[in-house]
Amino acid sequence: MRIGWRDQAFQSLNGVGLGLLGMATCFPIYYVLVVSLADPAEFAQKRWLLWPEHWSFEAYRYLLSTDAFLRSVGNSAFLATVGTALSLIVTAMLAYPLSRRRMRGRRKVLLFVLVTILFSPGLIPAYMLVRQLGLIDSIWALIIPSLSNGWSVLLMKSFFESIPADLDESAAMDGANEVRIWFSVILPLSLPALAAFGLFYAVGYWNQFFSALIYLNDSTKWPIQVLLQNMLLSANNAALDAYDVSAAPPPSEMLKMAAVIVATVPIVLVYPFLQKHFAKGAMVGSIKG
Amino acid sequence: MDQAETMTDNHPAYRSKGESMSKRTYIHRLVRDIGRNPYLYLLAMPGILFFIVFKYIPMWGTLMAFQDYSPFAGMEGSHWVGLEHFRTFFATPDFGMLLRNTLAINVLNLVFFFPLPIALALLLNEVRSGAYKRLVQSVLYLPHFLSWVILAGLTFTLFAKGEGLVNHLLEAAGYDRIDILTNPHSFWIVITLQSMWKDAGWGTIVFLAAMAGVDPQLYEAAKMDGAGRFRQMWHVTLPALRSVIVVLLILRLGDLMDVGFEQVFLMYNGAVSNVAEVFDTYVYRIGIQRGEFSYSTAIGLFKSVVGLVLVLLSNKLANKWGNGGIF
Repeated sequence: MRIGWRDQAFQSLNGVGLGLLGMATCFPIYYVLVVSLADPAEFAQKRWLLWPEHWSFEAYRYLLSTDAFLRSVGNSAFLATVGTALSLIVTAMLAYPLSRRRMRGRRKVLLFVLVTILFSPGLIPAYMLVRQLGLIDSIWALIIPSLSNGWSVLLMKSFFESIPADLDESAAMDGANEVRIWFSVILPLSLPALAAFGLFYAVGYWNQFFSALIYLNDSTKWPIQVLLQNMLLSANNAALDAYDVSAAPPPSEMLKMAAVIVATVPIVLVYPFLQKHFAKGAMVGSIKG
Repeated sequence: MDQAETMTDNHPAYRSKGESMSKRTYIHRLVRDIGRNPYLYLLAMPGILFFIVFKYIPMWGTLMAFQDYSPFAGMEGSHWVGLEHFRTFFATPDFGMLLRNTLAINVLNLVFFFPLPIALALLLNEVRSGAYKRLVQSVLYLPHFLSWVILAGLTFTLFAKGEGLVNHLLEAAGYDRIDILTNPHSFWIVITLQSMWKDAGWGTIVFLAAMAGVDPQLYEAAKMDGAGRFRQMWHVTLPALRSVIVVLLILRLGDLMDVGFEQVFLMYNGAVSNVAEVFDTYVYRIGIQRGEFSYSTAIGLFKSVVGLVLVLLSNKLANKWGNGGIF
């Protein structure tokens, strides 16, 4: 079929427009990256630049030589690995029995889970609970209270439902108990789904800010997001107790930019893997609003 | 063999009857089942325990809203004051302010953010080259995964009055610096723009999925009738999205009381406090920073109850007008 010139013009215009939009979307990150890689003396003199004459890793070298920054990256890495693993285990353990009709009372348990989605008691009762459990100033306060949630359980349950119960039955015939079936039959068959859930959990833990803000006063426990917030708000480098005090630090703007980039890199690294699972993620996202 | 029987999902013993069974036989059977197949229930235990401790105990904790809670006396020893905290809250000018700010941010979001993913999805759908489309999508989706702290950082970097890039550029071009981050007139706009940058691309996913389901024959038929790309978009693609749009629109109603805590908190500053304070940030300030636990719990509870009513209502509407709600 012949394509009219108007359609063709629209096609090219649309392509160019979307390309520009994509570039505009990237621009803030590009600017931050360029500033973080600029030569400190050059940046201190110009105060802004779109393309530095000299490149340097000085901001990163300085940032990564401070205890405070390294520690916060370590804390966040701990959250993103241990937290994710525990979240997956608890959620998958609950979702599996709920996906099997032989579990008596599953409807009641499902309702019990659904209620927690509909009604959240608010910030203060949750805070009081964490306080009474003695978790204030413990990194576990960022993991244990957010181990699982209603949506993950419901989504994982519906995924497990797609694995036929015949498989469990034949494993049971061979003498496997339910824990064994869960671990050796169900989980291996669910690896792609678990990977998807795990990636979304990991991003969530890495980006966690709010719980850390309310539960952690001790700055040595801070994850990177809280340290970053403190750096962004302060005009100097007060949030970092510098390791190398003899050398003059790079301009604080550059350190902030370098910290933003370091906090972004892990997301960009897992992004290609996340992309495979967008459909599931979008489902969670659109439901959560 | 006995074991295998209990495994069968449609074994007669497991079918129907649920309602007619008396409570005693139900518990009797439950206990028998647990005895026969304890591990299935064992697997569910940590999760159930988690939900009881971290979701249900806090629900019970909301009773604090009706007390003058003292951390020393505990919940048992504290005085009951009925609805006093709610009355106090509704009587303060802060209540009106919080409601106004919350609704304003949500309405701006609805008007300016909501249509954006629809428009973007329509444009993306017109891109012929699959590789180019995927590239643009990848770029547009990325901001969704960045934390609000990073977003705040990027916003300061670009728009801060002192060192922001935009102001450096304006100055270099001989214009006055603009102040949008510590300006009560522009705060809501900044929040809306941030949401647009972060989630407009991500929001297209659900619409693109709906477009993928359109019968290609409809486009063929439209072409036969002489419709160009625009008219196809208008008469075929857009109607296919109608039910998704209606459902998403109604579901937003359920979130009317919600404004993301992190986003607002991070952009908050003294100069904009009057337009930036929303229910969650207020609860944080009164409850955690000032330690007025009962009062702040009452405010949180008010918000949760209104939120619950809105969600149930919107789900009912979605069931009626869209193609089914979410429950």
